[in-house]
Amino acid sequence: MKSKLLAATAVLALAVAGGHAASAKTLVYCSEGSPENFYPAINTTGTSFDASARQIYNRLVEFERGTTKIEPGLATSWDATEDGLSYTFHLRKGVKWQTTKNFKPTRDFNADDVIFSFDRQSNKDNPWFKVTSDNHSYYSDMDMPTLVKSIDKVDDSTVKFTLTAPEAPFIANIAMDFASIISKEYADQLMKAGTPEKMDQEPVGTGPFQLEAYQKDAVIRYKAFQENWRGKLAIDTLVFAITPDASVRYAKLKANECQIMPYPNPADLPDIKKNPDLKVLDQPGLNVGYLAFNTTKKPFDDKRVRQAINYAVNKAAILEAVYPGVGIAAKNPIPPSLWSYNDDVKDYPYDPAKAKQLLAEAGLANGFETDLWWMPVQRPYNPNAKRIAELMQADLEKVGVKAKLVSFEWGEYRKRAQAGEHQMAELGWTGDNGDPDNFMYVLLGCAAAKPGGSNIAKWCYKPFDDLLVQAKRTPDVARRTALYKQAQVIFKEEAPWLTIAHAVQNAPVRKEVQNYKLSPFGQHEFFGVDLQ
Amino acid sequence: MLRFILTRLALVIPTFIGITLLAFLLIHAVPGDPIETLAGERGIPAERHAELLHEYGFDRPLYVQYFAYIEHVLSGDLGRSLITHEPVISEFKQLFPATIELSLSAMLFAVILGLPAGILAAAKRNSILDHGVMAISVTGYSMPIFWWGLLAILLFSNTWHLTPVSGRIDYAYFPDPVTGFLLIDSLLSDQTGAFRSAVSHLILPMIVLGTIPLAVIARMTRSAMLEVLGEDYIRTARAKGLAPSLVIGVHALRNALIPVITVIGLFVGSLFAGAILTETIFSWPGVGKWLVEAINRRDYPVLQGGVLLLGCSVMAVNVIVDVLYGFINPRIRHMR
Repeated sequence: MKSKLLAATAVLALAVAGGHAASAKTLVYCSEGSPENFYPAINTTGTSFDASARQIYNRLVEFERGTTKIEPGLATSWDATEDGLSYTFHLRKGVKWQTTKNFKPTRDFNADDVIFSFDRQSNKDNPWFKVTSDNHSYYSDMDMPTLVKSIDKVDDSTVKFTLTAPEAPFIANIAMDFASIISKEYADQLMKAGTPEKMDQEPVGTGPFQLEAYQKDAVIRYKAFQENWRGKLAIDTLVFAITPDASVRYAKLKANECQIMPYPNPADLPDIKKNPDLKVLDQPGLNVGYLAFNTTKKPFDDKRVRQAINYAVNKAAILEAVYPGVGIAAKNPIPPSLWSYNDDVKDYPYDPAKAKQLLAEAGLANGFETDLWWMPVQRPYNPNAKRIAELMQADLEKVGVKAKLVSFEWGEYRKRAQAGEHQMAELGWTGDNGDPDNFMYVLLGCAAAKPGGSNIAKWCYKPFDDLLVQAKRTPDVARRTALYKQAQVIFKEEAPWLTIAHAVQNAPVRKEVQNYKLSPFGQHEFFGVDLQ
Repeated sequence: MLRFILTRLALVIPTFIGITLLAFLLIHAVPGDPIETLAGERGIPAERHAELLHEYGFDRPLYVQYFAYIEHVLSGDLGRSLITHEPVISEFKQLFPATIELSLSAMLFAVILGLPAGILAAAKRNSILDHGVMAISVTGYSMPIFWWGLLAILLFSNTWHLTPVSGRIDYAYFPDPVTGFLLIDSLLSDQTGAFRSAVSHLILPMIVLGTIPLAVIARMTRSAMLEVLGEDYIRTARAKGLAPSLVIGVHALRNALIPVITVIGLFVGSLFAGAILTETIFSWPGVGKWLVEAINRRDYPVLQGGVLLLGCSVMAVNVIVDVLYGFINPRIRHMR
């Protein structure tokens, strides 16, 4: 010990130069925060899903890397009955569970694991329901408790879901992170040992990486699970270096202390693009930022007024001021990366004269007074709601509309907007499952227009809603696409929102990173990534 | 002496009540609640919201919640985080050593450089050295930590490649968390190079966090020394022919140290809780960042428990400083 201390003292004097000793195939990702825990079904943040669901677990069906397209996962195929009320999944055989120091699996993945994973979230009598937390928020948010009637094991490799009503987006729902499949055998072992909480702290999955160590706010370490069903991995170790500050993430990337970073400072982007060691990947995200008009309040119950505001606001100026390089103008309620996006829809051009004319037609030639709510938080789809509100206020002033800027604490803001207390309010949305229903029905459907619902325009327009409901019940994608395209035309004409922008996500990576794909969902997944 | 220590300890009780009450009331006064904050854009249906509030007991009157909380605290239960569902005490135990390691290193850095600088400046009053030390000290004191931290990274890490950018140790090493103090754990581990890596990661945050205390200690030491050097007994010591180094080092320094130790004690306490900016810039997994996150997410148990535990640590440091005083200055010990 004495010699160790002596050596240490000597080193202390010399330690100014960093002790850099990265192994050959270690991929370091500068993540932005700590996960809540490692149980996707109770997680609520993308940061947590990146650390758990995306690396450790799999789902019955998966989103193809870099797209919103569904592909087989732990199920190799599935059939739906004609009435859309039941889905039978044929499970993949020979899928191995990860082996840890406390768990040695004796069997492969099978139907019991699927039943257990869903029962833990849905069945209040299941002893696992309350372990760690009983707030399975995504399961309830996606309306699964009312939608799923039963889940039955047909045999070891077949599972049948029976629904209460036909719901085409169901398949997309179970590709979501909350539907990750956990091990029943591991759960049984932990329950017997009296340490159920370990299930969510020392996770065991079928995914490409297994958790090795986690130190809160510092680092998450994974090793490659080479026996995973998707095939061999090119990297041996994956490290999440938790780095909350964007400038520091960039400094680490430059110093090769990490090779991939999310969420750069927009102001750093030009500099990053000039750096020969780095490249910037970008992709329009699955999101939309908008200004909603409360269509139940005067004068916004008149569509001419809503159209007038659309004409009066200079969207190009907002994009330039608030989204330089990080956003594209939005004309539809869904982003262009989502299937059924209707590119034929024409946006309202900036035309104050036309706005004045429409206001005059609506009997408001002298303008009117209104409120304009701005969100107190920064979101990818809206990096600066206050600035946008100020720019809009100035534009509206020019057509005689006096807008008073209003804001509240975030929780309060959402609650009041959902209750419909506003006249005009900024808000936005990031898609969950890559289904247009997840934007249009959730944000603009009649069911969500009730007080407290997420349709803050409180807009319930039957011809539009009928199309959405029809699309929900049809499993045929071509038919659904046509219905959603038609719905977007009605949306633009009726103008319950002023669509602002879709955020573009940027991910600076080092040149040596190969085959890393950005996900439209904003997830970060490292299966298939290599270092040159 | 025992009586002195007991009196100091007795003062801890009202402080404890004050801290718990303040932490509790302030976080509950902030609009929004943890359930709302968790819900995201989608929000949460009113019934489910009420159900969850009830489940966590947040629908009870505040004073009932407060007394229930105190009852749990007194039985050693600080509750669980609403976000991670981990016991507050175990999260604190995991993170606090990192904060202590950083704060103590920063204080050590500040004292080792600040004391001699202040003494020298006082001994050579109005010399170039004196003005130089004071100018550097004012600069150090006025430097915004965020700016200084990022600048240090850009210079030392990105441009000169002398130190790592952030974190506590290179990812190639993962010593077992025996004590939580990485300098010790890396020494105990068999991985060669781990200690060196831990030290190199500590250097920049230590300098950045230690800059303001360094500046203050240098100034305090200088002015305290100047005051003491004007006293009669110093003149007497000089007159009887004592070596100047003895006059300054033994006779003057001991008395000048009293205000300086006060400042050091106050700084150690405030660094425990206030290293947040440095912790954020250098991705240092300490308690400051943990508490700010808890405020943002309205994680009541973490915030209340964290403030309480930090408050207790600061009180402990203060008691130690008070006792140290007594040793340095017998007059304080005997005051009634």
